Amino acid sequence: MRPNIFVKDRVAIVGAGITKFMRRSLETPRELAWEAASQALESAGLTLKDIDCVVTGSAPDTFDGVHFKGEYIADGSGGISKPITRVYVGGGTGVFIPDAGFWHVASGLCKKVLVLGEEKMSPAHPHPQYVFKYIWDPILERPLEPNLIWIFAMEMRRYMAKCGAQKEDIALVSVKNKRNALDHPSALIPANITVEDVLNSELLVWPVNLLDISPVTDGAVALVMTSEDVARRLTDTPVWVDGIGFTLENQHWYNRELSFPRYLNYAARMAYKMAGIERPWKEIDVAEPYDPFDYKELHHIEGLMLARPCEAWKLVKEGYFNRDGELPTSPSGGLLGVGNPIAAAGVMKVAELYWQLRYEAGKRQVKKAVHKAVANAWGDLMQAGTVIVLSN
Amino acid sequence: MEEVPGIGLKSSEMYSLIGLLEDRPKARYDFSAGPTVSKFLLGLKEGKILGKKCPRCGRIFVPPRSYCEWCHVATSEWVEVPQTGIIHTAVVSYISAKRQRLEKPEVVGIVRLDVPGYRDKEYEFAGLFHRICIDPKLVVTGEAIGMRVKVRWKPKEERKASILDIECFEPVR
Repeated sequence: MRPNIFVKDRVAIVGAGITKFMRRSLETPRELAWEAASQALESAGLTLKDIDCVVTGSAPDTFDGVHFKGEYIADGSGGISKPITRVYVGGGTGVFIPDAGFWHVASGLCKKVLVLGEEKMSPAHPHPQYVFKYIWDPILERPLEPNLIWIFAMEMRRYMAKCGAQKEDIALVSVKNKRNALDHPSALIPANITVEDVLNSELLVWPVNLLDISPVTDGAVALVMTSEDVARRLTDTPVWVDGIGFTLENQHWYNRELSFPRYLNYAARMAYKMAGIERPWKEIDVAEPYDPFDYKELHHIEGLMLARPCEAWKLVKEGYFNRDGELPTSPSGGLLGVGNPIAAAGVMKVAELYWQLRYEAGKRQVKKAVHKAVANAWGDLMQAGTVIVLSN
Repeated sequence: MEEVPGIGLKSSEMYSLIGLLEDRPKARYDFSAGPTVSKFLLGLKEGKILGKKCPRCGRIFVPPRSYCEWCHVATSEWVEVPQTGIIHTAVVSYISAKRQRLEKPEVVGIVRLDVPGYRDKEYEFAGLFHRICIDPKLVVTGEAIGMRVKVRWKPKEERKASILDIECFEPVR
């Protein structure tokens, strides 16, 4: 893998918009998309007329219950009569959308790109969980009637066994993120909880309890990405995209070691190389690792090389990843606190880093000075790793 | 950015929405297993676990693949592999696929089979995802991880060339 690091145009993020994250929203998917898109344009000081290309993303069509979801939300996303792309790698989509926005601008094809993630999970009932049935292999896995949580529980159990972590150590991540989310205006389930609350919540698949998991959510998030010359005209404080990375593993998740996320590590190495970062554990100031489950944040911290394998859980205990810690992670509140509208959740993480790097995060602003930041998302059966590195 | 747009609903409001339409897709699917996995399933019916070997790198894949994903060449030789292995990871499920509570919790996990050609701590391995017939307590204490197990077959007349021909993995005594 030799990514070409000589891009035609340097890429900046100059605006962001977000809707409330809700368990059930009254707005339709396209209305959610429009709310986020128009807000992002306004914050960048642009109108839709200025936009050259649009990149959208949304997870499986079965959630919204509408096929061709890319086309369905296209008008709300501002993509009518414009080159529009929909990208999709399951949960990894969230960070893959700005990754795709990057190559639209970096190649010189477009100068001003609107990127948008939308998800409305609530239409599927009694529970969207059953929709996940269709991600499993129909011959070798589906006959066992798997539940999506099984696979995460298996990965978490393996991580615990390999690294010597206990459930109470891992629950600290949920406590931290839900607390961080108290300051996020979009947050769905912010809370001041304790480790005991997590351990005493409903047991779903040992070792996973209800509060170890992010909730079913509706919402949309949008960003405006432009080339350097445009960004310089629009703002004094653009946020630069220094590197992107994305890789995919095979679907045979039960044929590999689950305690370390190789799918992410390869993507991270690609992004760091592009960004010229050699020692991410020292050079990154703030991170938004993907946290649909609490152990997943630890897993991803290690995959992003912000901690050594099997050491992230020890650092959480020391408060290393708190908002006032050495390397704040998920200062937004993450998916565990703000919510997990799948494709929109990853964009929310990138938007958070954008606000952090502009010192606009308000009460959520991390204590230390920030220069470089990284976010990731992961998707499918332990397969897709997508990474973005930003700086100010 | 203090106020963000969005109107959240309660679950009771959700089902009394104006213009509410309930729909249930009535799609049915018939999946083919493909030539290689079909033969693997016939092997299960005979009480055998079959793997397939890549002629270039020599990896034995279980479950078998038609091609080696690393060398991108066709796999060639069929190999019968041992029916024993160790538990890579295991969990206790209290909920069904539809997220209803189960009366009796179920243990499922990944078994790393004793297939030759893989080093001890290699990232990739040959293995299967299946039910595991052990006491759920062993999963919680951690004794289950690394435990030696073997296949428990369904009675021969009940086997249908399906992954369910394996009833579960049980401890080697």
